[in-house]
Amino acid sequence: MIAKTLYDKVWDAHVVRSDPDGTTLLYIDRHLVHEVTSPQAFEGLRLANRRPWRIDAALAVADHNVPTTDRSQGIDDPVSRIQVEALDSNCQEYGITVFDMHDLRQGIVHVIGPEQGATLPGMTVVCGDSHTTTHGAFGALAFGIGTSEVEHVLATQCLIQKKSGNMRIMVDNQVGVGVTGKDIVLAVIGEIGMAGGTGHTLEFAGDAIRALSMEGRMTVCNMSIEAGARAGLIAVDDKTIDYVRGRPFAPKGRLWEQAVQAWQDLKSDDDAVFDRTVHFDATTIKPQVTWGTSPEMVVPIDGRVPDPEKEDDAIKREGMQRALEYMGLQPGKALEDIPLDKVFIGSCTNARIEDLRAAANVIRGHKVAASLKQAMVVPGSGLVKQQAESEGLDKIFREAGFEWREPGCSMCLAMNADRLESGERCASTSNRNFEGRQGQGGRTHLVSPAMAAAAAIAGHFVDVREWD
Amino acid sequence: MQKFEKLTGLVVPIDRSNVDTDAIIPKQFLKSIHRTGFGPNLFDAWRYLDHGEPGMDNSKRPLNADFVLNDERYQGAQILIARTNFGCGSSREHAVWALQDYGIRAVVAPSFADIFYNNCFKNGMLPVVLEENDMDQLFKEAEATPGYSLDVDLSAQTVMTPGDDVFRFNVDGFRKQCLLDGLDDIGLTLQHRQHIEAYEQRRRSEAPWLFR
Repeated sequence: MIAKTLYDKVWDAHVVRSDPDGTTLLYIDRHLVHEVTSPQAFEGLRLANRRPWRIDAALAVADHNVPTTDRSQGIDDPVSRIQVEALDSNCQEYGITVFDMHDLRQGIVHVIGPEQGATLPGMTVVCGDSHTTTHGAFGALAFGIGTSEVEHVLATQCLIQKKSGNMRIMVDNQVGVGVTGKDIVLAVIGEIGMAGGTGHTLEFAGDAIRALSMEGRMTVCNMSIEAGARAGLIAVDDKTIDYVRGRPFAPKGRLWEQAVQAWQDLKSDDDAVFDRTVHFDATTIKPQVTWGTSPEMVVPIDGRVPDPEKEDDAIKREGMQRALEYMGLQPGKALEDIPLDKVFIGSCTNARIEDLRAAANVIRGHKVAASLKQAMVVPGSGLVKQQAESEGLDKIFREAGFEWREPGCSMCLAMNADRLESGERCASTSNRNFEGRQGQGGRTHLVSPAMAAAAAIAGHFVDVREWD
Repeated sequence: MQKFEKLTGLVVPIDRSNVDTDAIIPKQFLKSIHRTGFGPNLFDAWRYLDHGEPGMDNSKRPLNADFVLNDERYQGAQILIARTNFGCGSSREHAVWALQDYGIRAVVAPSFADIFYNNCFKNGMLPVVLEENDMDQLFKEAEATPGYSLDVDLSAQTVMTPGDDVFRFNVDGFRKQCLLDGLDDIGLTLQHRQHIEAYEQRRRSEAPWLFR
């Protein structure tokens, strides 16, 4: 038998048919749907008089537009309201399960998929959202698609695809205390670049990845797209199976036993060949902070803002100069000396229970710096929020001066009312520091939840490894 | 879908790498439930000096004179040239819809992000990948020559400059045919209905937990 990578295995199991040139009809097991990228797809179905192929494969939730404040009065912004209502009515019309914004299970689509057991090992998972790569943490082949492809999956349960390359990210040894999955993936992107994974599906492997919890693995896979990769995968192990067991959409009884048996094979064969392998030594990875306007513009917390004059490549140099100007930073400035206006803990990258626990641990007994205008926590789902409250985490955040919000995408992309004003600087646990991402003119620094929490207390970045 | 065969079009140069889809069409405009009307907000944060929101009268907004799209000589451009990793970030197809609604029919760059590249082909938009050296030449010429246009021929897979330099580009055969013919790929996939049904039947016995 030819040795296969994990990606090869999941891909091969989903090939409906393929042409000699590699053009493949790939079957999709799970289709997650949200309000922003689906209305035109449903409209397309209607116009062509088509029906969804398999409604039980789809699960929908509104997350991008929903308010994170009191929802009992609905959504103020009429345009957002129409979009959220369109999702509800489209799902109702076609019989697709939808968690509306008053449902306890509502949350960020990439948090609720795994939380519900709707994401299972070995599945193909798609969603009209680039951070669908998150679900690769379960050994599922998961990637973001555009709206035309959302319509294609609704109508046919398939996508027309070509296989990408296999790229392995080996993170050897163990990270030190205070270094998280977020720091690992930022360090990886800093090294390979924001297009370093283009045309490839990444497999994250090595001892440091195996040591991560499922939450940490989701954070790592979530940001595969920030390296330009099609998808990011992690092999299935006992942690994967323990996480999935007993969740509402997960198989039960004999089906569960059968599934677990099959999932044992969801790892790359020992002699599988990768097109490319990049090694990292986890012991050298420090807490990371982005300084610029792309996730690859990242340095360790004890680092300094880099000097574009030292960059040989002219286009890169200009990019760095533009980023520094946008970010209002000077070369050589120590990261720890950058004062902040806001802190955001949330997003599909870092709004799961473990993320909130890590942040609360840092915050316990402290107050948010007086210089900060706002510090907010937006749990990834209603169930994460409920769990956090049962552990008393909400109290820790509130007593420190954090706002404790309702679940949604919130200030990760600022489609709802949560945003930065022009010039405001934010430590954010989200995934993109693009210009304007958190609000026009807003300045984003990506960090882990613990680093964001420490920064909120100090009012500037600090090394969480030295936190008391 | 709109066909793409040949195009002779005015070029607008966006001399940046990693142009992300948040920049192409900022998030506040994604609240629309339609596919059209995004053109006036293409590159909104770079193009206007104020903060744009849906429903504004864009013709009354202050323009950023330093942004190429506002330069008189690039008005009516149909071909956008850019640097590496164009269209990175969010999967929003609105980015393609915005370019298209503005009048762009082809984007030429040394590399594209995967999802954006895919989305182009679903909308009759051609993304062309050329070598960085060739892109350098196009940028130089476009900036030096008012009215600079390119001939893009999908059938021949060529881009031709006004000085008759011809650059060949690669494109996947299936995607090329879909663009040339303006094919609806859902219709094509549904021609394989029996294959999909046979696959499902097999999977139902192999992996029944995937079907509820």
